[in-house]
Amino acid sequence: MPVSYEERLQGFDWSMAEEALGYKSGDPINIGWYCSDRICDMGLAQKPALIWENSKGAERTYTFDEIRILSDNIAAHLQSQGVQAGDRVCIFMDRHAELYISFLAVLKLGAVVQPLFSAFGEESLYTRLENAETNAVLTEMKHVRKVRRIRERLPNLKNIFVIDGAEKPLKELEQPLTMNALPAAPDFKCAETGPETPSVLHYTSGTTGQPKGAQHVHYSIVSQSITAKWVLDLQDDDVYWCNADPGWVTGTSYGIIGPWSNGITQAVLDAGFNTDNWYRFIAKHKISVWYSAPTAIRLLMRDGADLVKQHDLSCLRHLCSVGEPLNAEAVIWSEEAYGMPFHDTFWQTETGCMVVTNWPGMKVKPGSMGKPFPGITAGIIDPETGEEITEPGKVGIIALRPGWPSQIRGYRNNEAGWNKKFLNGWYLCGDQGSIDQDGYYWFSGRDDDVINTGGHLVGPFEIESALLEHEAVAESAAVATPDKVNMEVVKAFVVLKSGFEPSDDLDLAIMNFIRKKLSPLAMPQHIEFIDQLPKTRSGKIVRRILRAQEFGEDLGDVSTLMNDDD
Amino acid sequence: MDDQKKMILEYVIAEYLEEDDDQEIDCDTELISGGIVDSFSMVSLKRFLEKKYSIQIPDADASPEAFDSVNKISDLVDRFKNA
Repeated sequence: MPVSYEERLQGFDWSMAEEALGYKSGDPINIGWYCSDRICDMGLAQKPALIWENSKGAERTYTFDEIRILSDNIAAHLQSQGVQAGDRVCIFMDRHAELYISFLAVLKLGAVVQPLFSAFGEESLYTRLENAETNAVLTEMKHVRKVRRIRERLPNLKNIFVIDGAEKPLKELEQPLTMNALPAAPDFKCAETGPETPSVLHYTSGTTGQPKGAQHVHYSIVSQSITAKWVLDLQDDDVYWCNADPGWVTGTSYGIIGPWSNGITQAVLDAGFNTDNWYRFIAKHKISVWYSAPTAIRLLMRDGADLVKQHDLSCLRHLCSVGEPLNAEAVIWSEEAYGMPFHDTFWQTETGCMVVTNWPGMKVKPGSMGKPFPGITAGIIDPETGEEITEPGKVGIIALRPGWPSQIRGYRNNEAGWNKKFLNGWYLCGDQGSIDQDGYYWFSGRDDDVINTGGHLVGPFEIESALLEHEAVAESAAVATPDKVNMEVVKAFVVLKSGFEPSDDLDLAIMNFIRKKLSPLAMPQHIEFIDQLPKTRSGKIVRRILRAQEFGEDLGDVSTLMNDDD
Repeated sequence: MDDQKKMILEYVIAEYLEEDDDQEIDCDTELISGGIVDSFSMVSLKRFLEKKYSIQIPDADASPEAFDSVNKISDLVDRFKNA
């Protein structure tokens, strides 16, 4: 039985998490070393670290010793090609073993690793590489073309490493990087990074402006490791599966750092969604701990419990979920289908680790995100006054007292944007919620215009900017609209330029335009052509009116709208 | 290969593969589970089919399995063309 939540709360201090990791204040701390060398030093060198499989049936297992050696080899090779400590190195590829191992390599080199979702189109990629002033990209032939199309606009980019580029026609700045053929680097020395040395740079979306670079530091491992151990309830003999792509924070905090810093074997499936294949994968590799997402769980629900019975899933022991609020029906269904509930967890790119969780063994209230992790001071805040709301059930902004190890240190080149996240000494998560009389947290909705689709945050500004580049679009507003599977999807309200008429052809053309330019996540799944957008007298588009219409909510104060009194 | 399958295959290649991608796909290639078309992009593929063949595919029938190959998609289109 896991140690109870109440027991863990007693006298918790983050120094306990440092101790569990074997870290002493003042020592160097490098995530890459903690996830490979240290595990080998603990006598687990021959334990499988990564069981990897792809959609074509290829399979390979890597031990902790192999990921230690391979990550050293990659780091030494990058170094020999001019990549230096402090450089930003983007990893832009599907879920190949090279992605996971290169992640450690870049950190061991002392450089900053910038993982990006491989489905990003060239404009999404450009925005993030430009902001990060990225020096090198590790990619694959399938995606290198997107890098080529923007390369000339990126003056800091000096190296493009292509993992399957051997004997392929490569272009300027490009060179092959064949992981298994790199020279051995037994003398490579891991960089002695400090707790505040930048480590991982993830990008997240807000209401205004382009995506923001959330800067993590090596000290983040302290809270990522302990939360993985306690909340995911990872035990030495577990085989763990995290569905998240490392292009997003879950895929690195809990798809690399959390399990490997605890010496846990993890399985990775580089394939698209297929219920039957997922169950086969769980049964084949005897997955015991599964960290998934509400969108995936709702797709599994759609295929029914009968399909579950066709597979031996008795290996499953503990299930968790993250990305967006897990609806009560999904929790109840998972109890029926798998014999155990999914435990919802709440956190975000900026927090770096889980902050409100359903603790293993704690009573699950279906639909609730659970209680704050020990060491996290959370509250519900009045957005106007910044005062804490103590009345059970009353909705405010979910907020956290700053200071836990993995809180990001800021947004890259955007100090003002980061400062806006704080009020009265609280970090504001941007989500509305409430606390019930038992101390459980409940999500109510976003406090801004960000669209949470399939567990990914998409900023309206980025979509609207891209829409303006379409020849037919005069102006637009992108908002969330409800969706049964993805919770929310993007809907675009579009005003056409003169000479263009609404049509099914144009609708599809605009969808595909955004899908290719930004990403499938940002693609509007619904487009409504309208004559004018609701605006304030100063001409600012009022997205909240459109969003409220989509959700059937009260429109609120419309007295300042320009369209009404024109 | 019939005209319908040819049309769908050409659309998938044109819209979901990079211009000079040398990946070879045929009517049996796994599109969703093979990572060529993701579940979000499936929506634009569904919209194309509905427009091209003047059909309506209910969301309940637009599952990742039903869109997992050109052959399966063509079967789905036939179902609703004949409905």
